[in-house]
Parts: sequence; structure tokens; C-alpha cells
Amino acid sequence: MEELNVSYNTIQYIVVGLGSENYGIDISYVDNIVRMQHITRIPRVQKEIKGVINLRGEVIPVVSIRIKMNLAEDEITDDTRIIIVKLESGERIGIIVDNVKEVVTLSEDTIEKQSYDSKAGRASFISGIGKNGDALISLLDMNLVFADKEKENNA
Amino acid sequence: MDVSQYLEIFLDETKEHLQSLSDQLMILEQEPENMDVINEIFRAAHSMKGMAGTMGYKNMQNLTHDMENVFSEVRNGSIKVDGSMVDVLFQVLDALEEYTDNIQNTSDEGDNENEHLIKALNDILNGEKAEPAPAPAAAEATEAAETAAAETADASSEKAKFKTIPLGESEKTVLSEALAQGKKVYGMTVCVSENCILKAARAFLVFKALEEHGEIIVSAPSTQDIEDEKFENDFSLVFVSDSAMDAVQKAVLSVSEIEDCVIDNMQIEAPKAEGSVKEEKTEVVQAASNAPKADKMASSAPAKQDKKPVGKPVANRTVRVDIEKLDVLMNLVSELIIAKNSLVTSSNLDGGVNEHIEYLESVTTNLHESVMKVRMVPIESVVAKFPKMVRDLSKKLDKKMQLFMSGEETELDRTVVDEIGDPLMHLLRNSADHGLESAEVRKERGKPEVGSIFLDAYQDGNNVVIEVRDDGNGIDVDAVRRKAIDRGTITEEQAENMDDKDIINLLFLPSFSTAKQVTDVSGRGVGLDVVKSKIESLSGEVEVKSQLGVGSCWTIRLPLTLAIIQALMVVVGGEKYAISLGSIQTIEDVNPSDLKLVENREVINLRGSVIPIVRLSEHLDIASTKGPEDNLTVVIAKKGDKLAGLVVDELIGQQEIVIKSLSKYIKKSKLISGATILGDGEIALIVDANALI
Repeated sequence: MEELNVSYNTIQYIVVGLGSENYGIDISYVDNIVRMQHITRIPRVQKEIKGVINLRGEVIPVVSIRIKMNLAEDEITDDTRIIIVKLESGERIGIIVDNVKEVVTLSEDTIEKQSYDSKAGRASFISGIGKNGDALISLLDMNLVFADKEKENNA
Repeated sequence: MDVSQYLEIFLDETKEHLQSLSDQLMILEQEPENMDVINEIFRAAHSMKGMAGTMGYKNMQNLTHDMENVFSEVRNGSIKVDGSMVDVLFQVLDALEEYTDNIQNTSDEGDNENEHLIKALNDILNGEKAEPAPAPAAAEATEAAETAAAETADASSEKAKFKTIPLGESEKTVLSEALAQGKKVYGMTVCVSENCILKAARAFLVFKALEEHGEIIVSAPSTQDIEDEKFENDFSLVFVSDSAMDAVQKAVLSVSEIEDCVIDNMQIEAPKAEGSVKEEKTEVVQAASNAPKADKMASSAPAKQDKKPVGKPVANRTVRVDIEKLDVLMNLVSELIIAKNSLVTSSNLDGGVNEHIEYLESVTTNLHESVMKVRMVPIESVVAKFPKMVRDLSKKLDKKMQLFMSGEETELDRTVVDEIGDPLMHLLRNSADHGLESAEVRKERGKPEVGSIFLDAYQDGNNVVIEVRDDGNGIDVDAVRRKAIDRGTITEEQAENMDDKDIINLLFLPSFSTAKQVTDVSGRGVGLDVVKSKIESLSGEVEVKSQLGVGSCWTIRLPLTLAIIQALMVVVGGEKYAISLGSIQTIEDVNPSDLKLVENREVINLRGSVIPIVRLSEHLDIASTKGPEDNLTVVIAKKGDKLAGLVVDELIGQQEIVIKSLSKYIKKSKLISGATILGDGEIALIVDANALI
């Protein structure tokens, strides 16, 4: 037991691609990954909500994280996936990503905590930068992504 | 383990008793001599006292205790019931309700001792009685009589039941060791009062009291069974202690509602197993056969045993089911319906299976209905408190009024029933305060002095209608109109164009109150708008009809079920949408040349009525697939008696749909009320036609 305490905690992240950058999503939030499918549009809602999908009998909203982060509109390809994340409230929301690359295990000492607001609206969703060998992964904090919806609406 | 696990039972039972007290007091006011009612009140007060005592709620216990005392005298005939006494009793009831609310919210009864009420009760006791005996003596007498009754029931042989506890080898060793150490081994049989509600809690308190004195070695029935309340009115223990026998006995008897504790030194020898079992059985039989006899003999508790089956059967026939479990069941049924729909879709391609599908359809429909029925509860649970409320209002407002209710047995979905109480209360208060005139005015107008308020509930097709009527003044439309203009809610010109109905609907706007005087009953302008929004959140609607000088009638219309509805499926701009069939009146094919413009809005003239046209495609931000020359498919939707024509591109047909709520994360517009999953797995949004009218 004591030996274990010395080593750093490790967290597994799913690495997804958005544009040219790689982002990591804490695997404990990920409920499911599904292929791109028909999304039913909902008129007159927040612009980042692309609509809803049917996930085994449940109606799940799908959010474009690109729009949330002020990136260019999603380009749907064969690699496009919807990551279904389960928030602490138990609510499930889908996020559109360009592709899913791999699952990495990062120990806490390789994660650089970051909380400053570098580029407006972007860094605020990021809890830190993970170093996986030479590659850098921006770690998305799901609670941040879906917490500031009020601000988002007023903007 | 502590008493908190009984809190829920305690609250449930206390509320039941409070309701029954309230009902009975209403009757008592009319029939002060009715012995059945007096007995019922006595019993309810007695049970509540016992339960409050068990749970350690001292203030509540004291208050119910004094109430019980008063009724014990009423039963003996030494006090007569009169109006002032009933008033005091209603105040006591309010105080008890307050305790209960406090307990529910904070698990603490609060420290209001309500001394004035206790004093008032004692005044009743002392003032009216022939010989000024202090109250506790009377109560003691009653209790003594009860104990006597119980004692008659207990055949003397049964009292020492502990002698028949079979002891195992290991237990005998423990007991021998204890004796060798100079400890004392007692056997005891503890009798719990027959009227005790929380027997297990009592037993637990006995155990706790005993633990201070020593150790319980064996119990019959087992501790588990005692905790689960699997015992009659007594249980037996073998107990090792250093304390003297009296001290132990006293400790047990200090727990309230413990009637008796027979204790003796335990003889440790092998009991004749067979004989003892047999003995026990006969004792039980004896006890059972003795009980009713004893009760008839006991003059202090004449109706106790006979009455219980009359009051209780409802509780025995119903099962309390966690609403979450029902939700799961409901979801399963929903899925079954989705599965059925997909079968229906695939069968269109392949004939022959239709028969089976029809069968499946009837099964799912029946299943749906029965699950819905499980969720249905009579509105009685909500409206039962209203007679007392109206009585209180009558005193407070100093107006004479009476409430007539019908259709209390009408059933609604549990979730709706839970929500409907407040709006109904608002409407009743509104009628009592604004509607009914004072007695003098009523007399002048040739109406009976006592105003009448009616609450009628009935089922009407797939809806439940609840009407609140009064024979009061009705709504003064001109007063409302003036007020609205004064407040700047509407302009003079607007006012002129509005008919009476539109004006009355202004009452539902937030913070609009016409009460000339703000009373603490109503008139603060928070009421009718709350009523309206609450009812609408339940997918219902509220309407009011009123005639000046004659009265008003508020009509609430609620859907029977919320989860599954019949809907019309339509296509707009290539997307599928569902419109609840409940809000659809007809479907019309309209030639574009029939469209007229009134105030720059499109309308059609349909069989004499002018109906505004709403192009759904515009509201849904999508381009219609129809050309401007094509005939329009218009779905005529109604809300109350207002109509609107919704223009769609295509009709698909009628379908039973399961409503799925949209995630809270989606900030949807009012137009979309939810979503549903179609047979092919596709999602269709549900359009709330009411939001467009």
C-alpha cells in the first residue's frame, strides 16, 4: 500500500482529433462512442446544439464542440465520431469529433495544470496539457465544457 | 439503529390521522353527539400521542395527550361538545400539522410548545366537569381500564411465556457461566399495548433500556423477527444482569405503551421441548379467543376492536410502490410500443404478419392502460383537506360559506395529483375571498346568506375536468378593464377591441389583482398566473366563465396521462413532426386563393369563423417543399375556444407516440415540447400547437 502511494495516480484519456490538434477526454466520462449518424435538427436552440440522436431508445443531444470553441464548422467524414459523455449529473450528451485516435494513460506528473484563459473561449475548457512522449494533448474538462452554458447563451 | 428509519412510517401515519381528525371534527361540528365520531377522534389522538412519544416528539405528545384527555371526558359524557371547543380543537389540529411539517422538513418538531392550546384544552376539562378532578387522573383511569382489559385478554398462563423459550446448549453454557459469576438470569415476557402502532420501535426501546442493565441472551421471537415486527403483542427474553429484578422491570415499563412486564428468575434446566411448543400454541389460541371477549367487557374501549376493520381496509388493500419503480415499468412499456411500431413499419413491406401485429397491438395497448392505472390515484388525497380550509377561510373572512365536493374518486396520474393541490387551493381561496359577497350583500341580492363553493371533478374522454364554481359576485369585467388601463397593461384602444373573454383572461397575467383590499387570504396578485402556469406545465388548460352577480366557474382540464399520447404525424420541409391529437380539431385542404390578409396576418374564413394561419415552416426555420400555387394542408388546432390553422407540407397519419423529454441542456423554444422515437428509430419532435395560438 505505501509503495503505491509514492507513485503518481494515472488517468486514462481518449485522444480525439479536432482540426490539427489533439484533445484528451477523461475516459471515466465517456459512456460510448458511436459513428456519425442522422441528427435530428431542433429549431431555435443554442447554435452549438446540432440536434438529437436516438441512442438505444434514448434521445441524446449532440453538441458541436468546434462551434463551442469557436473553430470552423464540423466537416463530416467517415472518421467523424460522436463521443457520448456522461456528466456528473447523470445526463448524457454527444460531442462531435473529427476522429478518435487512441487511448493513452497519463500519470499525473506528466500533466501540466493550466487554468489561464489564453485564447478566448478556448483554453477555458482545458484543465491541463498532457505530455505523451513528444506529443502534447490538451485535456478537455467536461464539466467546464458544459458548465458555462449560461455565459455562452448570453454572448 | 435508531428511530429515524421509522420516520417515514411515522409521517405517513400521522398525516393519515391528521386527515381523519380533520374529517371527523367537521362532522362533529354538525353532530356534536355522534359517539362514533367522538370515539374515532379519541382513537386518532391516542395513536398520535403514542407515535409521537415513541419518536421522542415531546411537544406533539403533550398536545395530543391533552386532546385525548378532553375526548375521554367527552366519551364519558361529562363534557358536551360545543362550538368554542371545536374551534380550539381545530387550532390544535393546525398546531399538530405544523409539528408534522417541521418534522418532515427538519426531522425536528420545533420548540413551539403551544402552551395556550394546552391551557385551552385544560380549561375545557376543568371548566365543564362536575367534580374538578385534575386531568391526569382521568387519563390514568382510562389507561388503567385499558390495562385491565388487556389483562383479561392475557390468560394468566400466557404471561410467563418466557418459561417456554427453548434454550440451546451454547446458551445454557453462557447462562451457567453468568450464574457462576454471580450475575442474575431473568426471564421476562413483555406485553406491548394492543393499540401500539410501531411495535418494533417499542421493542427496540425496550432492548435499549435493557442494554443498560445487562445482556439479552435469547429472545423469542428472534431479534430479527421483532425488528421486522413479526410478533403479536408480546415477546419474551432471557436476560443476564447485575441489577435487581425491580430495577430491570421498571426500566422496561418506563417505555410507553408497554403494558406489562412479567419477570422472574430463570431456571436453567432442559425444558420438555415438545410439551412447551404445544403449550405455547394453545396459549396463542387462547389469547386470540380471549381478546374479543375482553374487549367487549372493557367499557373504556367499546368500539376499539370492532371499528378497526372499518377504518383500515384501504391501507390493507393498497401497496405503497416507489414511483421510480413505476417509471421503470413505464419506460419498458414505452420501449415495447416503439418495438411494435417498428414491426408495423416492416410489415408494410411484407403482408401476412398483420394478424400477429394486431394481436401485439392489443396487448401493448392493454399493458399501457394497466400500467397507467397503477399510476393513477384518486384526487381525494388532495381535495380532502379543502373542507377544513374553507371552514377556516369562512372564520377568517367572516363570510358564511359552504363547500360542496363531488367526484373525489376521479383518478389522475400520480405526478399530476401531486401538483394539482396548490392551483386548486388558489382557486378556492379566490372564490372565497373575491367571489362570494358578504352576508349582507347576499341578503340584499336575494341570495341565500351562506355562499356556496362547488368543487366538481369528472372524467371527460381523455381528459379530467375539475371545476371550481361559486355563486358569488362573478367577475366585474369593467373593473378589470379599468384596472388594466390604469396599470398600463393595455391601452384604451386595445381595451375597446377586446371582448369580455379577453379581458377576463387578463386576470391570468402575472401580478394582476383586482381585489380592492389586499387580504392575507388572496389579493397579492400572485395566484392566477401561478395557477395558469402550473396547469400548463401539466399540459392542461384553465378557463373561466363568469356572470356578474351570478357567479364564476373556473374549469381546469388535464390530460389523463402524460407519457403516451395519440399524435398526428406531419411533414414540414422534409422533417417529421408530431402534433398532439388532443389539440387538433379538423384538417382542411385550403386553396391559396382563399387566404385573406387581416392586419397583415394571413387568415382563412372557415365555415363562418375567421382563423389565423400559422406557417409551421417559418416557425421551424425550414423551407417548405410546397410551391406557392399548391393547395395548403391546414391542421386546425384549438386551445380553449381559440383556433389556429397550422400549415404543414404533408400528413403521415395518426400514431401512438411515447413522449421523451429533451435534455435540460437544450434551451428549446416553447414550440417544441419534446421528442419521440418512431418505428424506424428516427426521432421526430413534438410541436406544441398551444404555443402557436
